[in-house]
Amino acid sequence: MTRTHWFAVRKELPHRSRLWLGVMSFLLPLAIWSLVSYVPFVWHPKMEIIDPGDVSYFRPGMLVDRKVFAKESAALQNTGGALPQGKRANPIYLPAPHAVAKAFFTAFTTPPKRRNEPWLHESLWQSIQVIFWGFFLSSLIGVPLGILAGTYDVFSRLFEPFIEFFRYLPAPAFGALAVAILGIHDAPKIAIIFIGTFFQQVLVISNTTRQLDPALLEAAMTLGAKRFSLLFKVVIPGVIQQLYRDQRILLGWAWTYLIVAELIGSSSGITWFITQQARYKNFDNVYAAIMMIGIIGITTDLLLARLGRRIFPWQRQPAQV
Amino acid sequence: MTQLQLPSYLDQPPAVKDRFTRLKQRPVILKVDALGKQFDTPQGPTTALQDIHFQTHRREFLCVIGPSGCGKSTLIRILAGLETYSSGQVLLDGQAVNGPGSDRGMVFQGYTLFPWLTVKKNVMFGLERAGKGRTAAEEVAREWINLVGLEKFEDSYPHQLSGGMKQRVAIARALATQPRILLMDEPFGALDAQTRARMQAYLLEIWKNIDITIVFITHDLDEAIYLADRILVLKAHPGEVQELIEVPVPQPRTVEQFLSPEFLATKKRLETLIHPNRDTHENVGEQLHMVRMVPLDDSVSSIF
Ligand SMILES: Nc1ncnc2c1ncn2[C@@H]1O[C@H](COP(=O)(O)OP(=O)(O)OP(=O)(O)O)[C@@H](O)[C@H]1O
Ligand SMILES: [Mg+2]
Repeated sequence: MTRTHWFAVRKELPHRSRLWLGVMSFLLPLAIWSLVSYVPFVWHPKMEIIDPGDVSYFRPGMLVDRKVFAKESAALQNTGGALPQGKRANPIYLPAPHAVAKAFFTAFTTPPKRRNEPWLHESLWQSIQVIFWGFFLSSLIGVPLGILAGTYDVFSRLFEPFIEFFRYLPAPAFGALAVAILGIHDAPKIAIIFIGTFFQQVLVISNTTRQLDPALLEAAMTLGAKRFSLLFKVVIPGVIQQLYRDQRILLGWAWTYLIVAELIGSSSGITWFITQQARYKNFDNVYAAIMMIGIIGITTDLLLARLGRRIFPWQRQPAQV
Repeated sequence: MTQLQLPSYLDQPPAVKDRFTRLKQRPVILKVDALGKQFDTPQGPTTALQDIHFQTHRREFLCVIGPSGCGKSTLIRILAGLETYSSGQVLLDGQAVNGPGSDRGMVFQGYTLFPWLTVKKNVMFGLERAGKGRTAAEEVAREWINLVGLEKFEDSYPHQLSGGMKQRVAIARALATQPRILLMDEPFGALDAQTRARMQAYLLEIWKNIDITIVFITHDLDEAIYLADRILVLKAHPGEVQELIEVPVPQPRTVEQFLSPEFLATKKRLETLIHPNRDTHENVGEQLHMVRMVPLDDSVSSIF
């Protein structure tokens, strides 16, 4: 058996190599992060004060620029005072991997600062609900509309020009309006996700629907399929697998609108947690929370991909995540 | 090649002549009259078909042959109702054809099986559209699947089948609704020679046993002669009927007949109709302006 060359154009690599590369794609950024965090002579533009010596405004644990530290040291050397002690450190906004890893757990176990504030898992759950409702409502209207527009020219000509125009309007621009109309709770946030998803969704779905091989429609017509059976027995089953894949991609887009959505009105969900933690300078928590969004996103996508392989057994899926 | 003394393709053995007399007494199924088709293209209207007329009788096997672009596919798509026509008329059992319907089954060159349905469900598709209940449809579908010898694959999906198997399913699917006429547009064009020969034999066997009239497009002369009662020869630009040939090869057909004088005579006639001034193989080199591109002192300087 000959092995596929690593750089063979559009050839699938063996399973082992693919797995290995998949792990590497996560390990590589982690390695760079670790390098910057743990190897003292890489970057580390700050000095963490261990002993302030005779510098009046230095405090133990304080972070100062290396230049300032050097200047103060030089000044003291000239006047003969006690030199400050310090070690090289990264700025506070770049915590080391282990700190973030620890924050993954402590963030969940640390009670909120005030009694009426939510725990982290409550914030996350709120975010997931906002995404779910925004995406669900958008799909409820967008998917049927897209299929209709992709099947019948009438609907395509009637809807698509306006939608084409509307999708250029940035969803966050509707934030203030949404709050004015829908109040300050979850409704305007769901509306933003909806606006951000819906217009793209109709266009993507209608485009995918148009990809159906017209020969299948012709074959169906010669077998006696008429209007509605053409739609329900040929068009929809013919594209449903691709629609499912589109929906997965669109769900990813919906997540990217989450932060904006949660910032409008009163800040809520994971965004509230992130801004709160950033205010207390708990950047390890901030990173942990951002990563949680990523982890939730990719896990749902993997689950949906697996589910897709189960419900659409008629085609071998091309290798994809 | 030595020139054989061939009979004329018009000389029919008595049995064949007799059969054609009887064939023409059968009821007419399909009647095409002064059919014309124009396409509007950016370069202006082009005539794809002009003044086509022919008729087929019940249980006849008609092949349509002609050079590429002469409008064979256009013709069969018009018969199927998938394409409109500009002039003339198409009558099926005396009724004007208007849009596609299950009285005309169609088998395409690309297999056009529904990839999301199993073999059995594919065959059931037309039956269910015709209002048959699930169990009844399933029963009929099974019969057809058995008939094309795919009972082991009734629960397989199309992507799990070979080309020949897919085309057998397509034939079963088209016939299951019991159409009056089966339209086939180069159905075996994508198959290898052996599979193709097997499929031709299958098709003849099916045709012999059921009440079906077949219109079959091909560009393979042997295939046309082997399968057809009559061959409709079209010419290109514009697509017109050149000749309707009654194949003098006796029925039922066998592969041994490929070398019979009638077969060869028909083939010669088709060749002169379709490639009127075909180049002989000898002057191909001159046409290509070939020059020697292998050095004279090469280790393999001559292949002769
Ligand atoms: N949709 C169309 N629009 C414009 N011209 C068309 C269209 N379909 C076919 N034609 C033209 O009509 C003529 C006949 O085409 P057709 O496909 O019927 O030929 P054919 O005999 O089936 O050829 P082949 O043997 O290559 O399959 C061609 O000149 C083609 O360019
Ligand atoms: Mg064709």
